[in-house]
Amino acid sequence: MKVLVPIKRVIDYNVKVRVKPDNSDVDLANVKMAINPFCEIAVEEAVRLKEAGTASEVVVVSIGDKKCQEQIRTALALGADRAIHIETEETLDSLNIAKLLQKVVEEEAPQLVILGKQSIDSDNNQTGQMLAALTGMPQGTFASEVKVDGDKVNVTREVDGGLQTVALNLPAIVTTDLRLNEPRYAKLPDIMKAKRKPLDVKAAADFGIDLSPRSTLVKVAPPAERSAGVTVETIDELVEKLKTEAKVIS
Amino acid sequence: MAILVYAEHDNSSLKAETLKTVAAAQAMGGDIHLLVAGHNCGGVAEEAAKVNGVSKVLVADNAAYEHQLAENVSLLVKDLAGDYDAIIATALTTGKNFMPRVAALLDVAQISDIIGVESADTFVRPIYAGNAIATVQSLDAKKVITVRATAFDAVATDGSAEVVALDSATDAGISSHVSDELTESERPDLGAAPVVISGGRGMQNGDNFKLLDGIADKLGAAIGASRAAVDAGFVPNDMQVGQTGKIVAPDLYIAVGISGAIQHLAGMKDSKVIVAINKDPEAPIFQVADYGLVADLFEALPELEGKL
Repeated sequence: MKVLVPIKRVIDYNVKVRVKPDNSDVDLANVKMAINPFCEIAVEEAVRLKEAGTASEVVVVSIGDKKCQEQIRTALALGADRAIHIETEETLDSLNIAKLLQKVVEEEAPQLVILGKQSIDSDNNQTGQMLAALTGMPQGTFASEVKVDGDKVNVTREVDGGLQTVALNLPAIVTTDLRLNEPRYAKLPDIMKAKRKPLDVKAAADFGIDLSPRSTLVKVAPPAERSAGVTVETIDELVEKLKTEAKVIS
Repeated sequence: MAILVYAEHDNSSLKAETLKTVAAAQAMGGDIHLLVAGHNCGGVAEEAAKVNGVSKVLVADNAAYEHQLAENVSLLVKDLAGDYDAIIATALTTGKNFMPRVAALLDVAQISDIIGVESADTFVRPIYAGNAIATVQSLDAKKVITVRATAFDAVATDGSAEVVALDSATDAGISSHVSDELTESERPDLGAAPVVISGGRGMQNGDNFKLLDGIADKLGAAIGASRAAVDAGFVPNDMQVGQTGKIVAPDLYIAVGISGAIQHLAGMKDSKVIVAINKDPEAPIFQVADYGLVADLFEALPELEGKL
């Protein structure tokens, strides 16, 4: 069974983002970039399925400018077999990304597509579900456990209030939550090997899809700062202030 | 303009967040209908009819919708979408799950997790874990939107909307529900509680979370945790407050033994009053706290419980 893993290059999660002075967007110049953490979990899950003998091939795909090949190589070093880079200079919204991925799914015919549940830049949480709709596949979002069983996959999902398990017909879409696994660190020999793994580059414009944007970014502002309050010395003082000053307890 | 709001519920009661999502719909302006999709969910429909600002409640009561599987619910909503200019759901796990599927079926983009409405087509939403706030104008004729409920004030519930039963049963037949493993709790829901008390890595282990119980009982609070506490295995993930967990904005948030990582702050910094108890005076949590107490939590918590 073939597993397809779409991944995204994003700002490193340890970097504190800053808004540009003209409020046009966040400033990503000279900022450390990385594979989106949820995408990394997706790669790890696919590689584990291969190590367990369930998957036969793991293909990663990323959409973006040339630099996203760095993250593609990271995924290959983690154990993916080959990669597809769909090159574009534009920042595409989730629906257009999903439409490009739909074409990849049609060509590659994977039995399972594993994606991160959201990227930590736009925080949309959309692409997996949209790809599922466009391909007519069932979806197991926010997965904390994935078990392939014959022509079905059982996905345990992180939902409000606990866990929910659903059974999906294959082929299916899975999006990863944090607790699905702990991604490995790539070893040096694997990083060297990754450089020789096949990487197929295609232009987004060649897919014959209308990729025009569906929304306009009007402005980006820093969040309202919350200023530090007062330090209280004792529990008595805290309780007193909560009662009389903040009036949040009685 | 006609707006369809998807009601969040568990087949027995309407979730309080829906009242806030209706408020967001009101800010867009228009005739608001509520959709209740579930099974044996008559009680939810009755509650939904009382929500102010709603003119009609559509009830799709069918076994296909019992667990609100995305594959089935998205087909239902897509079929109804023709009559509406905007489709809105709460950004909780159900809405997050099926709404992008609806958007793609309708060939429109989705605007996720809005915290403000500038106009009928322009919305405010957090990006980069709340470290930047984007204003976005949708270019699609039909809007598909999810709402961060904590950013809106709930509407009242003394209305009386017309209730219409839908004769719909769209079963995509590609997925099925296997089981639920829900955390049983007498406490209020994290997302809706007026008071939340959360523990972090400073709690040291899961057993010590019991120290929060007595305080939570006295304050009618929900108990949460930081991602560090979840990652360390102290408590289950559904207690997680933060960018990757639940977003809360209670009247009072008490952070105990939580350092205040960016990702945690993203989940609670809109709380009205924040109290931090931490033994490290340099902890970043103190920079957002209204009241900070530098103390050993193992001494402070029993004392606090005694004095409430």
